[in-house]
Amino acid sequence: MGDYSAEIISHIDRNHIKELLSRGERIDGRRFDEYRPIEIEYDIVAAKAEGSALVRMGATSVIAGVKVVLGEPYPDTPDEGVTMITAEMPPIASPLFELGPPKEDAIELARVVDRGVRESETVDVKQLVVEPGKMVYMVFVDIYALEFDGNLIDAASIAANAALITAKFDEYKWENDEAVPTGNRIPVPLKNLSIECTIAKIDDYLIVDPLLKEEFVQDCRLTIAIDENDNLTAMQKGGGSGPMTLEQIERSMDMAIASAKDIRELIRSTAKERENA
Amino acid sequence: MSPEVKPDFLINAEGLRIDGRRPDELRPIEFKVGVLKQADGSAYIKQGKTFIIAAVYGPRELHPRHLTLSDRAYLRVVYRMATFSVPDRKKPAPSRREREISMVIANALKPALFLEDFPKAVVDIFIQVIQADGGTRCAAINAASLALADAGVPMKCLVPAVAVGKADGTLIVDLGDQEDKYGEGDVPMAIMPLTDEITLLQQDGSFTREELLEAMQMGIQACKYIHELQKDALMKAYATKAPSEDDDFDDDMETDLGEAEIIGEED
Repeated sequence: MGDYSAEIISHIDRNHIKELLSRGERIDGRRFDEYRPIEIEYDIVAAKAEGSALVRMGATSVIAGVKVVLGEPYPDTPDEGVTMITAEMPPIASPLFELGPPKEDAIELARVVDRGVRESETVDVKQLVVEPGKMVYMVFVDIYALEFDGNLIDAASIAANAALITAKFDEYKWENDEAVPTGNRIPVPLKNLSIECTIAKIDDYLIVDPLLKEEFVQDCRLTIAIDENDNLTAMQKGGGSGPMTLEQIERSMDMAIASAKDIRELIRSTAKERENA
Repeated sequence: MSPEVKPDFLINAEGLRIDGRRPDELRPIEFKVGVLKQADGSAYIKQGKTFIIAAVYGPRELHPRHLTLSDRAYLRVVYRMATFSVPDRKKPAPSRREREISMVIANALKPALFLEDFPKAVVDIFIQVIQADGGTRCAAINAASLALADAGVPMKCLVPAVAVGKADGTLIVDLGDQEDKYGEGDVPMAIMPLTDEITLLQQDGSFTREELLEAMQMGIQACKYIHELQKDALMKAYATKAPSEDDDFDDDMETDLGEAEIIGEED
């Protein structure tokens, strides 16, 4: 996930990965544009969180929870609610993660996932208002990694979207200068489901959803958030300082657009199954 | 975020508790061992609506170095609550409560471990509360001791834990969230079942001497029951399947070869 180019990996592994790539193969047998099977389990925190989801991609897993609380709007946006996305790389998830305040890579994870959700306007903040200038809903999505075997960003993005799409919270109305519950539970107003897809670059090869071992070997990675109209809403090049050509970036975009469509469909269909169950 | 309301009573006319349990009845407990692939050992516990995952890393090299103990391993426990594990969103930064609970959990587990086998190393226990509905420190100890066993850390015994307390004047076992908040007292405790020694003991609220002793007796009984559940969970994770008929055939082959050799030697 972070910049592991300095992390130790044996020459044998490194050569093995590159040798396979040159034959069009990957260490776990996937195609270059193929994600690991994605499993989404909803309502992990049914009793306390407004929405929650556990996402497994191979041996990577993350849990996301949505909390909706009342608060004052920011002075410059009195008629908008607030969304905030945080992500942690706690030491429970990997021997590589250390205790203590978040390091650069954890901060990058949180900010990149936040950009994919908040700045892509997934949540319609205009609809999160109880009383303009006085009281709005604040939607928090907090993400915890549980197991780390590469590509935390995409797992976190999927978990955040899955938790948001199934979240329900108590509706309030404004009466006599205070917020009063109406007794209704309403879904989080969503405008657009932006999905983040990460492509790792190893030499001239581009692969989606890198494993940890592939992240060790990558020159860099490119994360692209794609919305429902196939527009690109956020990008981040990270995970190493290796440069990319425009042609490689273009190929990455096509891979991300194709993958995002499948992932969005998976979130929608599993959320629907949950609704019907 | 729905505001919680104080219940009218915690023990009803029939002597049952707010969730229908008898005073000495535990919530349903589910353990699972080996739930995280990256960790050396792991386990989760679901106790009522409380859901906690514990992971163990180590014994491994200790950073930062100045914490090193020259005669035994350092036991580092980090108890953290997810922001969404409670009705209101918890602030992400570690709180004083989380730090204190981390410390008492470490003290509860330490007597059961052979830390002197690993001087200068660290055994890390990371506890993540996913959903909190009362009794999290005890549930965390239950899961952490299973994670330690799963990691193969040498132990004298598992450490079961439970909270006992008092609600509407009745002594109760395994307090739920509301009993904890609105009851008259709360006594979390952990024991080493081999000797019945107590390794965690805290109290808030008010009890008479007799009440407290009786409550602790109830706690010890409940811990012994939880200990059985812990052993079952370990067994489930590690017991091997009965050998199939093919295996039997292979075994016979090996036995034959062995006998042949022995005969050869006698000659």
